[in-house]
Amino acid sequence: MSKTINNKKVTYLEAIGQAIYEEMQRDEAVFLLGEDVGNYGGAFKVSAGLLEAFGASRVIDTPMAEAAIIGSAVGSALMGMRPIAEMQFIDFITCGFDQIINMASKMYWRVGMPVPIVIRGPAGGGTKGGPFHSSSPEAWFFHTPGIKVVVPSTTYDAKGMLKAAIRDNNPVIYLEHKLLYRLPELREELPLDDYTVPLGKAIVRREGEDMTILTYGAMVHQCLRAAQVLEEADDLAVEVLDLRSLSPLDRDAIMESVKRTNKVLIVHEDTLTGGIGAELSAILAEELFEYLDGPITRVAAPDVPFPYAPPLEEAYLPNAKKILVAARALAAY
Amino acid sequence: MELERDILLQIYRNMCLTRALEDRIRTLFLQGRIVGGVYTAQGHEAMTVGSAMTLHDGDCIVPQHRDLGMHLVRGVDPRAIMCQWLARGNSPTLGRDGQLHIGDMHYGVVPMISVLGESLPVACGVALTMKMRKRSTVVLASCGDGATSTGPFHEALNFASVQKLPLILLIENNAYAYSTPNSKEFAVQDLSLRASGYAMPGVSVDGNDVLAVYAAVQEAVELARNEQGPALIECKTFRVRGHSEADKADYVPPALRQEWQAKDPIQRFSTALSQQNILTPTLQTEIAAWVKATVDDAVRYAEASPAADGSTVAEYAFAPDGPLAIIGEPGASDPMYVNAQDSRIGRPFSVVSETYKTSKTYRAEEAGRV
Repeated sequence: MSKTINNKKVTYLEAIGQAIYEEMQRDEAVFLLGEDVGNYGGAFKVSAGLLEAFGASRVIDTPMAEAAIIGSAVGSALMGMRPIAEMQFIDFITCGFDQIINMASKMYWRVGMPVPIVIRGPAGGGTKGGPFHSSSPEAWFFHTPGIKVVVPSTTYDAKGMLKAAIRDNNPVIYLEHKLLYRLPELREELPLDDYTVPLGKAIVRREGEDMTILTYGAMVHQCLRAAQVLEEADDLAVEVLDLRSLSPLDRDAIMESVKRTNKVLIVHEDTLTGGIGAELSAILAEELFEYLDGPITRVAAPDVPFPYAPPLEEAYLPNAKKILVAARALAAY
Repeated sequence: MELERDILLQIYRNMCLTRALEDRIRTLFLQGRIVGGVYTAQGHEAMTVGSAMTLHDGDCIVPQHRDLGMHLVRGVDPRAIMCQWLARGNSPTLGRDGQLHIGDMHYGVVPMISVLGESLPVACGVALTMKMRKRSTVVLASCGDGATSTGPFHEALNFASVQKLPLILLIENNAYAYSTPNSKEFAVQDLSLRASGYAMPGVSVDGNDVLAVYAAVQEAVELARNEQGPALIECKTFRVRGHSEADKADYVPPALRQEWQAKDPIQRFSTALSQQNILTPTLQTEIAAWVKATVDDAVRYAEASPAADGSTVAEYAFAPDGPLAIIGEPGASDPMYVNAQDSRIGRPFSVVSETYKTSKTYRAEEAGRV
């Protein structure tokens, strides 16, 4: 049940449900549409209880048709509504791609009419989901002007950033990592009062002076594990900067950190080529060339689709161990 | 169905204005004064004007590239249209886009994109909002025969039907999708058959008979207004010119084109109105003069308008923060709302003419003036 009862620790998934519930409660323009979101409560139960609370006109079970879902969201947003369009798995967002790229992202720029939509859904791998239930699609949207892309890594952020995304007047792609949904370590007691986490602000998850790791999403936790080992075994103080909002990107936070540490490791779960890390590398090379004491280093998935078999998935995904290897090489440079 | 004289004349006048404006756009194109490609719709005026004339305040159109007639009926300013074609800095898109890619939700005009078929799911969203807000307004969306092959066309029809949305879909079947004839586009005889697959009413009508179009759309509008859900109307017509003005359309058999040119919808309607003594020679001359003056004014205005400013190219990617109005509800034009006006420039949207904006009884008044 998504109702706001904050006197207990909630999961990342429950925090998302709370954000939707509270925003629907607060603003009659907010509504949810998607496949199986109403009666069934969503494939992962993110929207459990919302149909009972708000009725079928605001929690809409749709046909299996992403272009209709996202397109309807755009149409209602043009009318001043604030729809939340759920992709059952974020992989399926490709079926509604044109509505995002050609319709929503260009609308304000072309005609001056805001398109306040949130498209959210479970992203990321590590759940034996195979090539069609594990993807990290952030780079496609990161590359497209007019779209905001956010990737919360904690329960607090999951709620606060979703609320901010719903209140934002632009299309926001909100990527929730399915591996974090019910992770016990991420259970957290959330503030009783309404709060948002502004889009466009990175956050330092661990302070350090020897190296900066730029990362986001589920990889934040792998980086923190690696940083802990580096401190204990290598006596290295590694700073972990959780970007959490890819677009807009918090350039100031990146600059501030790297100017102090002079070495950068970039970690993301998405594939390497043309990924977020490529743009981060370019920014750092352009802006901080003289501050860098080692090569900008990237840890990312190899340039192949997401695999199914456990040994392949294990080999594919970045993890603390792989991060450790890259960080040690960079530290030794 | 007996329409009042004033309405009939208003239909006629809008059809004439549509034709004349496009003729002028074509001339400007041949003179090299238009920026980019030109898409016109000679022979489509009965569909575009006849369908839009059934609508009321609060209803919405979702027009496509050959629907200038719909725009004009809904109050879109010929000056705004000409500024779009000439890519002026004060065009509704501030030079960011061209053609009929304009809209103003406050006056029920949804902006199209070039990817055809994609506007139909958006039309569903507008209709869904009307349904959620318990309004008795409707959405009139259009597409061509080509767009009926797209996925979004089918997704939209299905969703509209399942949700019983107040949506009227007008298929303007002009026989060719660019150079592709109907026979290579779909296997059904009538596109109205698509309706039965989605359990909604569907009908095919003569798209060159403005009163037949009006009657069919009117019936569908009444159903939609009364919570009876969506309907589909196929208007059979012909694209007597090329896909764009750069297309000679030599793939069209000349005899076929001539056959359709003889069925010109404006000629047909003016003959009928003249026979009924509704359109007198004097009135016809007056309307022609008004049409010419309107077109001249639009061209003059656009040519005197400033060019787009290159130094602003990186602006407007994102909408600013702030409250949004639910369009169509009391107070929605309060400038405190980000979507009340064009927040890029802090001025009202310039799509709809001031005449239309300042007069709620525009249609009656304009008709009376004629």
